[in-house]
Amino acid sequence: MTVAVDFKNVDIVFGADQAGSLAMIDKGATRAEILEKTGNVLGCAGASLTVHEGEISVLMGLSGSGKSTLLRAVNRLNVVSRGQVLVKDGDKIVDVVTCDEPTLRRLRQKQVAMVFQQFGLLPWRTVEENVGLGLELAGVPDAERKERVHKQLKLVNLDQWSKKYAHELSGGMQQRVGLARAFATEAPILLMDEPFSALDPLIRTKLQDELLQLQAELKKTIIFVSHDLEEALKIGSHITIMEGGRIVQTGAPEDIVLRPANDYVRDFIANVNPLSVLTAWNVMRDRRDLEESTDGWVWLDRRKTTRFKIDDHGLVAAAERDGKPAVWVSCADVEAQSEEAAQVFWANPGTSLKTVMLAMHRSQTAPVALFDDQSRFVGAIGIRDVLSAVLRR
Amino acid sequence: MDPISKFMVDHKIPIGAWGKSFFGFLTDNFDTIFRAFSNGLNFILDGLVNLLLLVPPVLLALVIAVIAWLLQRSRPLAIGVFLGLIFIINQNLWKQTVQTLVLVVAAAAMAMAIGVPLGIWAAHKPKVYRIMLPVLDLMQTLPTFVYLIPVLTLFGLGNAPGLIVTIIFVIPTAVRLTHLGVVSVPKSIIEAGEAFGATKSQLLWKVELPSALPTIMAGLTQSIMLSLSMVVFAALIGAGGLGTEINRALGSRRIDLGLEAGLAIVVLAIVLDRMTRIGVGGKK
Repeated sequence: MTVAVDFKNVDIVFGADQAGSLAMIDKGATRAEILEKTGNVLGCAGASLTVHEGEISVLMGLSGSGKSTLLRAVNRLNVVSRGQVLVKDGDKIVDVVTCDEPTLRRLRQKQVAMVFQQFGLLPWRTVEENVGLGLELAGVPDAERKERVHKQLKLVNLDQWSKKYAHELSGGMQQRVGLARAFATEAPILLMDEPFSALDPLIRTKLQDELLQLQAELKKTIIFVSHDLEEALKIGSHITIMEGGRIVQTGAPEDIVLRPANDYVRDFIANVNPLSVLTAWNVMRDRRDLEESTDGWVWLDRRKTTRFKIDDHGLVAAAERDGKPAVWVSCADVEAQSEEAAQVFWANPGTSLKTVMLAMHRSQTAPVALFDDQSRFVGAIGIRDVLSAVLRR
Repeated sequence: MDPISKFMVDHKIPIGAWGKSFFGFLTDNFDTIFRAFSNGLNFILDGLVNLLLLVPPVLLALVIAVIAWLLQRSRPLAIGVFLGLIFIINQNLWKQTVQTLVLVVAAAAMAMAIGVPLGIWAAHKPKVYRIMLPVLDLMQTLPTFVYLIPVLTLFGLGNAPGLIVTIIFVIPTAVRLTHLGVVSVPKSIIEAGEAFGATKSQLLWKVELPSALPTIMAGLTQSIMLSLSMVVFAALIGAGGLGTEINRALGSRRIDLGLEAGLAIVVLAIVLDRMTRIGVGGKK
């Protein structure tokens, strides 16, 4: 995968005494210590993070953790004190920290677009004039601009509102205008600074869904700042947790939930429902860890109620439950199955834990098998695996 | 006198003398330049006044009413403007009113032309504003009579010196309100402009000035009102118009004449104020 944005040891300090503060950062001083000694505010320290093309990378943390500060280094709204921020610019890589003004402007016009928490719409402009802002600044001719603006407005379902002023729209609609403005520049990288935080919960969920839908089509690289873990887990392909200006943990959503790096992260995830994050893959026991039975049979569970016979290609040849032959069915349509004892459900690695549990419930706590996309047997989930994942033991 | 005070008085700092010799130096060396400037300005102002007086008064009043309608799209306002001007014609003060109008509009326009760029500069450079601030305070609070004297010696009598004192008095307001407008542009929309790659001048023209426009327009209205308040002083150094009438009324204790000219100024003030209130309030 191609790297779209690469933060390398980024330090950001606000204030006059840059050298003094950087020296303190090197000694591992906290934000409070630096503030007391130098009067400067530590924005972020030693932040290294790689964002690949097409992924949604979420920066998470409490307010003041430095997540917005780091985000705004990508288009130099915040000036980096030390380190590199490499941004993909076509076939080249540009270091935003050191590039000259014209390069920075071109990046901002064509490569990196931004969506703001407070929308940042110009109140004296109509919706279409707001959406066209980036194109106008880049000098795109009127006719082409009109066409692209109209296309974006259609995309976010605001084409009926193009002549209205921003203040005539609801918050959710205003942020859709903000999204359309960012999409209109066709920049491959999108910075989103708590874009949905100012909206009420229902609208927030709706816009998250819309964003995911658009993303499935547009495949942008999105760096998304949020203080809401549910939101981060929902939309993020990677999550980075920050505290006091430093990165605490980076990983896939389920990594964060299953293996929190410290108490700060543990506090964060304390109230998260693991069922909405974890997948079958996260909780399964690998095939090699399962107990072998005689001539090619494998026990799926520790209680030895269910076993599969696996052929040379890794496919399931026969199934047996409580000593009797059984059929194996996909748990994708678990609701449709009748509750008979002689069936074993199977799931894909991406199946949600919730569905797996439903399947167990339906089959009187029988284990659930895991097949890869070629229907090969890769592992199994027993009731104990589910319980330990949910209880985080 | 006690010895300490006497000592201090004996060693008085000769500010007055310095000022006098400075202006003496200016008049001695650059008199022709100042006079030429003054004559040119007088010529333009008198020419404008004479041109406007060529138009029949009622027709000119109608034209101004139409301008009022074009600016504000309000029929009651246009009718009000027309009736106010008819009242002035009725009071036989039309010529003086036109002279005052030209002076006031010219002064306000000049003050905005100088004050708005200065205000923008000050808003972008806080250091500049810190230096500018005491100068602005000085211009606004130094009693008008004090700078009537040097202006008189430099530019002689007439409309030109009247215009200049008025401009000096009004510029600070134009600067201050422009500064206020530009520094209070919300940070979020400035960042939006920057984030989409605006150059410095695009940021100024497409974000800062439109956002500051209501405040800058309030500056224009204020400039016109303050210019009007200066007409009586300007008349003291030979600027014609309603101010001259009021000074004459004061000299000869004519209550009737004073009342008529005073009311004409009030009418003119209201007319100009209502006509220039663009962008103030919610109207787009």
